[in-house]
Amino acid sequence: MSQALDVMNIALLIAFAAVALAQVLSMVRLVLGPSVGDRILALDTMVINAIGLIVLMGISQGSTIYFEVSLIIAMLGFVSTVAFARFVMRGDIIE
Amino acid sequence: MSWDIIAIYATSAALIIGAIFAMVGAIGLIKFNDTMVRMHAPTKVGTVGIGALLLASIIYNSVIGDGAIHSALVMAFLFVTAPISANFIAKVNIHKRSCDVPPAPEGDDTWATLNVPEADREIEPQKDGAA
Repeated sequence: MSQALDVMNIALLIAFAAVALAQVLSMVRLVLGPSVGDRILALDTMVINAIGLIVLMGISQGSTIYFEVSLIIAMLGFVSTVAFARFVMRGDIIE
Repeated sequence: MSWDIIAIYATSAALIIGAIFAMVGAIGLIKFNDTMVRMHAPTKVGTVGIGALLLASIIYNSVIGDGAIHSALVMAFLFVTAPISANFIAKVNIHKRSCDVPPAPEGDDTWATLNVPEADREIEPQKDGAA
């Protein structure tokens, strides 16, 4: 049991590092991104990576209390992506 | 080897798979060199990457804690909304002409996102460089 838990702790560390690095790389695309579509896409990816980080935090603390947080951030990310895209296309969000 | 140990090893495998897919998506977002091609990579993060991380959470909490099947809701929500936001981003790319505009459809005059209504004609052409 303790050996399995050690393996899982190492996997958790690797996952934290990978998802955090992915977040930083998406940030690079957000800053560089030549067009508006790239920036919206990078923001969408950053929201998804943030959900991943919160899920990892929930695993590492062994609690399910972060489920609501990740669900709300998923909804907020979707709505903000659609709002950005509509703003670029129509110049207006709610017509 | 009891079920607990097998479940914890399965959690580790799911965590590693999710981490690999998150990295692959971010590297693709950096390395691809066309706006429309770049939309390909982050879809892997949204489906397989987060899916594997949530699967790890479900397995781990069903062994250690008291079940966490409701984490599947987040997965379902992401699976439903990912195509919609990808469609919106593609429409933004076509609208801003930051990609090769696809050939005009048959029978119709132009694509809907390029079809500016009569009242908005004077607002239209913005050049992409400013934005």
